Amino acid sequence: MSVNVNRYKCGYCGACVGVCPVGALELVETWIEVDNTCTSCGVCAKICPVGALMVIK
Amino acid sequence: MKQKYDVVVVGAGPGGSITAKTCAEAGLDVLLIEKRQEIGDPVRCAEGVAKDALIRHIQPDKRWIAAEVNGSKIIAPDGTEIKMSEEASGGKAGYTLERKIFDRVLAQQAAMAGAEVMVKTRATGLLRNNGCITGINAMYMGETHEIKADIVIGADGVESKVGRWGGIDTSLKPIDIDTCAQFLVSNIEAGEYSKFFLGEKYTPGGYVWIFPKGPHTANVGLGILGSKCGNIRPITLLENFMKNHLPEGKIIEMVVGGVPVGGPIKQTVADGLILVGDAARQSDPLTGGGIINAMDAGKIAAEVCIKAKEKGDYSVRTLNEYENRWRATIGKELNKSLKVKNLLLKLSDEQLNQLAHSLSEIDTSKMELPKMIMILFKRNPKLLWELRTLFI
Ligand SMILES: Cc1cc2nc3c(=O)[nH]c(=O)nc-3n(C[C@H](O)[C@H](O)[C@H](O)COP(=O)(O)OP(=O)(O)OC[C@H]3O[C@@H](n4cnc5c(N)ncnc54)[C@H](O)[C@@H]3O)c2cc1C
Ligand code: SF4
Ligand code: SF4
Repeated sequence: MSVNVNRYKCGYCGACVGVCPVGALELVETWIEVDNTCTSCGVCAKICPVGALMVIK
Repeated sequence: MKQKYDVVVVGAGPGGSITAKTCAEAGLDVLLIEKRQEIGDPVRCAEGVAKDALIRHIQPDKRWIAAEVNGSKIIAPDGTEIKMSEEASGGKAGYTLERKIFDRVLAQQAAMAGAEVMVKTRATGLLRNNGCITGINAMYMGETHEIKADIVIGADGVESKVGRWGGIDTSLKPIDIDTCAQFLVSNIEAGEYSKFFLGEKYTPGGYVWIFPKGPHTANVGLGILGSKCGNIRPITLLENFMKNHLPEGKIIEMVVGGVPVGGPIKQTVADGLILVGDAARQSDPLTGGGIINAMDAGKIAAEVCIKAKEKGDYSVRTLNEYENRWRATIGKELNKSLKVKNLLLKLSDEQLNQLAHSLSEIDTSKMELPKMIMILFKRNPKLLWELRTLFI
């Protein structure tokens, strides 16, 4: 389970990191990393201001 | 870099830099780290601040003031304008900052006060001894380091991890965050007021802002409450707003970001740890403003660090003073704003218009928000009944 980050869309704002309930996301300067604790809950994808995240089930 | 500091501050935003500067001025050994290679860039902010609040912390300087504004205009869905927050003497009441420079100047002031600063340095975890937090793991240029400290300050913004590592759940629910997009727009008449457009008509559960950055440029942006966004993206709504209201505008910068708007969280200190600013979710639930709150909280945090150092006690027993002091000041205001926000969320565009009309023959131009809300309440007690507790 994971999320796909469209790096061509992402504005590296960190909003998704702030809402992830399990802390699976990390903003490293200009990109988002996803670790294996992601539960595919979809909260991050919902709040991304530009729609750069897609949940992979 | 030393092996050990009195205080390590994670994040060189306004909150972190004020904490670092205040601690360093008192002679504490301070390290301020920032994961980005450039402090202040990219911006995630509309850069609006009230003049009187800002000068508590720093002398205004042309280098980082993009524009001065007379006050604010709230625009109801039907176009009714309400002026407010003008200075009594007719002077300028607010600033639109140039945060790329402002944030750097604050970090520079911390450095000049004696703090060490490291950029491109990211905290990746916390060190612990007997349950107490005793420093951070950090990565600088791909290399990992252990940096010990008596107190760690988490000033790491909306994406804060420091609190979570320290056992404080700071994760935001969709209802606790405004998801925002903003353009720096040129080729427009920016005017002399910060403008706020309210109503579902523009954006669900947020507002559209236009903050002048010069005669012909402004930050034009909007926020949607996370729980209300469904499949709508802020960026799409903003593009629509531009088409309908500023077709002549030319976009010269894009900003995206999230602002915590859920009000005070339960806990912001642990043994050896203090959270400051957006990391402590101290931004205003109603306006999304967080620069001044972060700076105020940073000042309090530093004062408590100085006391802790004198006592040689870095446990919650001493650090709780921070918790009590910020809740009694910033926290109180956040709770009020939260009440007003929650009520506004229930009002239809028609009801917002009705509120605006109820002020039609009053001069609100010199009023601050609390006073105006009180008058609104007196004139619309039924609609605003939930707010009665604000005035007791
Ligand atoms: C679109 C938008 C518009 C806004 N408009 C306004 C406004 O007009 N007026 C206002 O007052 N407020 C506004 N805000 C809110 C304001 O930007 C924040 O409240 C303010 O920046 C908070 O300051 P801070 O110091 O707490 O955090 P930040 O300014 O976010 O600084 C945190 C810093 O920590 C760094 N960091 C994060 N994690 C790590 C790590 N692991 N290691 C090292 N460094 C790290 C980040 O890179 C960042 O530089 C707005 C916010 C947004 C998103
Ligand atoms: S919320 Fe969207 S734009 Fe912001 S960092 Fe996450 S993926 Fe990127
Ligand atoms: S889908 Fe849920 S668990 Fe996975 S990264 Fe997004 S918010 Fe976190």
